[in-house]
Amino acid sequence: MTMFHQLMAKPWVTAQGKVDDLYAGGASSALAKRLALRVFLAVVAVLFFLLVTAYGTRMAYEDWRPAPQVSLLWANTLVLILSSIALQWAQYSVRRGRMDAMRVGLLAAGAFTVVFLFGQFLAWRQLATMVYFDVMNPAVAFFYLITGVHGLHLVGGLVAWGRTVARVWGDFDVGKVRQSVELCTTYWHFLLLVWLVLFGLLFTGNNLDLLLKLCGIR
Amino acid sequence: MDYVAHDASDFARPAEVEEMELYHPKTFIGKYIWSQDAKVIAVQYAITAIGIGLVALVLSWLMRLQLAFPNSFSFIDPSNYLQFVTMHGMIMVIYLLTALFLGGFGNYLIPLMVGARDMVFPYVNMVSYWVYLTAVLLLVASFFVPGGPTGAGWTLYPPQAILQGTPGATWGIILMLVSLAFFIIGFTMGGLNYVVTVLQARTRGMTMMRLPLTVWGIFTATVLALLAFPALFVSAIMMMLDVTLGTSFFMPAIVSMGQQLDYTGGSPVLFQHLFWFFGHPEVYIVALPAFGIVSDLISVHARKNIFGYRMMVWAIVAIGGLSFIVWAHHMYVSGMNPYFGFFFATTTLIIAVPTALKVYNWVLTLWRGNIHLTVPMLFAIGFIFTFINGGLTGLFLGNVTVDVPLSDTMFVVAHFHMVMAIAPILVVFGAIYHWYPKITGRMLNDTLGKFHFWVTFVGSYAIYYPMHYLGFAGVPRRYYAIGGTNFIPESAQALNASITIAALIVGVVQVVFLYNLVWSYFKGKPSGSNPWSATTLEWQTADTPPKHGNFGETLPVVYRWAYDYSVPGAKEDFIPQNVPPRDVVLSSNKT
Amino acid sequence: MVIAIVLIILIVGSVLFHFLSPWYFTPIASNWGTIDDTISLTFWVTGVVFVAVNLFMAYCVIRFRYRKEKRADYEPENKKLEAWLVGLTTVGVIAMLAPGLAVWAKFVTVPENATVIEAVGQQWYWSYRFPGKDGKLGTVDSRHVSDKNPFGMNPDDPNGQDDILITSPELHLPIDKPVKVLLRSKDVLHNFSVAQIRVKMDLVPGLVTYVWFIPTRTGNFDLLCEELCGIAHYTMRGKLIVEEERAFQTWLSSYPTFAQTSAQAAGDAAAGKPLYAVCAACHGVQAEGNAALHAPKLSGQGDWYLKRQLKYYKQGVRGAHDKDVFGKMMAPMAATLGDDSAINNVSAYIRTLPDNPAPATVKGNANNGQTRYATCAVCHGANGRGIQAMNAPGLKGMSDWYLVTQLKNFKQGIRGAHPQDMYGGQMALMAAILTDDRAVDDLVAYISTLK
Repeated sequence: MTMFHQLMAKPWVTAQGKVDDLYAGGASSALAKRLALRVFLAVVAVLFFLLVTAYGTRMAYEDWRPAPQVSLLWANTLVLILSSIALQWAQYSVRRGRMDAMRVGLLAAGAFTVVFLFGQFLAWRQLATMVYFDVMNPAVAFFYLITGVHGLHLVGGLVAWGRTVARVWGDFDVGKVRQSVELCTTYWHFLLLVWLVLFGLLFTGNNLDLLLKLCGIR
Repeated sequence: MDYVAHDASDFARPAEVEEMELYHPKTFIGKYIWSQDAKVIAVQYAITAIGIGLVALVLSWLMRLQLAFPNSFSFIDPSNYLQFVTMHGMIMVIYLLTALFLGGFGNYLIPLMVGARDMVFPYVNMVSYWVYLTAVLLLVASFFVPGGPTGAGWTLYPPQAILQGTPGATWGIILMLVSLAFFIIGFTMGGLNYVVTVLQARTRGMTMMRLPLTVWGIFTATVLALLAFPALFVSAIMMMLDVTLGTSFFMPAIVSMGQQLDYTGGSPVLFQHLFWFFGHPEVYIVALPAFGIVSDLISVHARKNIFGYRMMVWAIVAIGGLSFIVWAHHMYVSGMNPYFGFFFATTTLIIAVPTALKVYNWVLTLWRGNIHLTVPMLFAIGFIFTFINGGLTGLFLGNVTVDVPLSDTMFVVAHFHMVMAIAPILVVFGAIYHWYPKITGRMLNDTLGKFHFWVTFVGSYAIYYPMHYLGFAGVPRRYYAIGGTNFIPESAQALNASITIAALIVGVVQVVFLYNLVWSYFKGKPSGSNPWSATTLEWQTADTPPKHGNFGETLPVVYRWAYDYSVPGAKEDFIPQNVPPRDVVLSSNKT
Repeated sequence: MVIAIVLIILIVGSVLFHFLSPWYFTPIASNWGTIDDTISLTFWVTGVVFVAVNLFMAYCVIRFRYRKEKRADYEPENKKLEAWLVGLTTVGVIAMLAPGLAVWAKFVTVPENATVIEAVGQQWYWSYRFPGKDGKLGTVDSRHVSDKNPFGMNPDDPNGQDDILITSPELHLPIDKPVKVLLRSKDVLHNFSVAQIRVKMDLVPGLVTYVWFIPTRTGNFDLLCEELCGIAHYTMRGKLIVEEERAFQTWLSSYPTFAQTSAQAAGDAAAGKPLYAVCAACHGVQAEGNAALHAPKLSGQGDWYLKRQLKYYKQGVRGAHDKDVFGKMMAPMAATLGDDSAINNVSAYIRTLPDNPAPATVKGNANNGQTRYATCAVCHGANGRGIQAMNAPGLKGMSDWYLVTQLKNFKQGIRGAHPQDMYGGQMALMAAILTDDRAVDDLVAYISTLK
């Protein structure tokens, strides 16, 4: 039943009562966790949406000076894509019962993520040493803020990743591990998507401006 | 007859819901301090929220004293006054009302009402409370740092929030922002729990449309809060960076007190957009749970099903959705693009339609009811009256033209206190009188309750109704003293004094309520498990108060919506949700 | 039952209160009568709903109160009834919204022939700028703001040279002429609000906002800041005086253009020296002050402040109050200074005199005073040296007995009450926070300890 149909139901009518009685009740904790992650991702999406909107609003001012481009970000993006692929591989493996492959995938994903974070840190350093670096420049400040918030989300992900990794040695409950791996994968893919949007719109030139013009907003 | 039994073939079934593992602690600390039981967490939230709310109440007295008798109290200087105003507002809106409705009532009622053993993530739920407590303690700490708490107004508008010339511009504002960040993180943990519990942990037969409106209200408010709080979070972080690192997100080039500052190019209006993108949904984060709860109070105590249940649900959802596209009605005279006024005035007045529908339905629920004037019912009626008043004045402020002369005057203060302070707090009181028997197993004292109601309801009206007229007369808000003007009559001072006296009386009488809470806990009349003859699941528990796990051996199975009151043909005037059709006792004279 | 009666009393009481209340909008003095009309309309629509719905509720409570033998109706919903109610509400909402939006369309559309002027806000006072003969306002930038150039005028912009700078919180406007007021803030958010005109708009640093109106009635109106702007928010007041064209032109011509202010010669200390001889009789040769003669120390005080006070004495703004015994002695003395240049010169001379702190004579608890001084510090500076940009004179090392007298004068309305004492009114509001004489002594005792 769609949400809309549900909302149209008249719960006091006998016929509807029979339909409602069929509802079997709350499902497994696995579903609950998946739902919780999705709701959380919606919250994070709003967070980044607002940051991008704020960035776009600020861009509209005449005195906007774009931040210098840091070419290292291209390499970082590639690394983050690799970490997502590795997790995808881990998920694929655990679903087929190939535990060794899953372990490799998990560890590789973690390693790539750490490399990405280190790369972002280097990018921060690079930007800081550039001649026209200036926190007073909103574009630079936004760059630090947005990459910082994104990085913190990955660090949070690494905590969940670490708990999963700790569980995959010796005897373990395959069902639980599989669930953890799936949740991690969803989270990583989401953060990759967020990063691609941020990177594409904000940190590779005036793409957001272009987008706003295309949409006729500016 | 048709209403009672679905079909002869209907039979009672056990709930085949996957049982969740509950962590059963043995020690006192595990049960009541580091507790993972949503009901204990609810009480922890409620006590903390009410505790900090009392601080805010005292702050409001201090500020009212200054307004009524300006320059009589040496301990209230302009800085203190602004600090009182700011902290009063911030505490009441966020740390009291939001925490109490969602953390308090949400935690207690959601699992019980949907027929769950507990929240789906009890551990996260526990952490949520402790993070909230940390936020409260950080807030309290700001009273003791050099310069005191921030006095920038609860809206914390930059640039003044972080510049000298505003009290607490160094330490106070930093602690405020950190505290807010903590609050939001804590709330997000709790909020995920509430949403997932409602969506994923309902018992057999409990479809969404069989949920009591209380759950709908709290659920929708939680969704709003989850989506709106990030805006406050982002603005808090950005302002924090402006304070500590000297970035210029919200700070344009400024000459402050004759000094050129280093800021350049930031936008104060951007902060206001972010703030109100959070701030307006926040109004409904407080109001929607109140709407939901009061619907149930009215229905139970009028012994009648809530009128137009479906439309009540739609109205809650519609209001929730619309609340995200009305925020700039707080900014008509903020210097934003004036053409936004057309859009936001229109959306704002559209929101009046579902809101009015809810009011009609409450009153129509009373129509042809069998009204028990119990204390919860009195508070519910008081709520409707107050809310009608506050809602209608909202039509003044929401309509952009009418807002211009009234904006930033005491009219605004009167309006929002009527609509989102007094109205919801009356519901809070009604709800406490209603559910206290379930929480403690004892009734609250009725006489004290009625006394509490009369003084609070009539007293609050005496505070805020005349205050609108101070606004018409042009008295600005956030003024330490009116001083002399050539358009405000001298008598405004007398009106201010009378408002203060009413406020002091109403405030003091809350002690009676607190006394009642404590006294009844030990000496109150034992309530039994369902003193109000209500239908919803929380009243059908095996034990009162319910034990950890809520429902004893087996979870209840739901066979009907939450409002089967005075069903024709049934003997009793209520049929609990978990009574299967074949078990309904029919009235003897109608066979 | 009681609740129903109380509800009816509250409904009737509210309506009566509305009609009997002396607290209502002050009579309008602008073209925005349409705003008042939308308010009346909103009152009628909401008033009817308020009375109708609440009376119906009271009726229900009486008619359907609990009776043992009775039973409530079972009626889950009534679509037709709700459709009607929604329909009626929508009609009511449109009836309020449509006129509101129509008026708003006028509010945001400035007529072509409106004179453009500028109101500048800063913590915590107003100033204004009129375009000169060219009818154009010069460009400004906050980077140009200084004590010499408080408006932040761009010195290289030819359009700005003839701009008339009103360094006073009092604004005059001619009657019946549309005016567009550009609003600019130097520091934080402020709000331009005149109750009689009905307009209101925030001043946002970094932006220029506007309001427009046509004053339709002569008179003297209060301009209030209505957006919280810090500790002294409530003292940020200006005046709007609407008058006939001729009077307005006279007023406007009494203020200098930007070119004139920048060309203004500094006072000549040498020329001031002989003028000071008269002052020295009481204030001392070194302007060190003389308590016995009730003459305060002048050395070390900002010359901008001395100039303003001397002008006030000359114009009868200060020293005119009956109870201002010593001020009345100063007034004729100030009158001996012939013109503005004499005032400039003597102030310049005083500035050359050595600033030795006056001896402390007031006894009080400096510790208590310190907490109180936090409020004063915002304008006068934590060190008490005064800040010209805040119009706040120096306090540190000045005659403490004089500070006591003046604080009491401010409190009692002896000083700062004159309508032309532009910044004194602000200090009068502030001095009122000192609830008793001991508070004054404590505060001054603390000021004496400032290094």
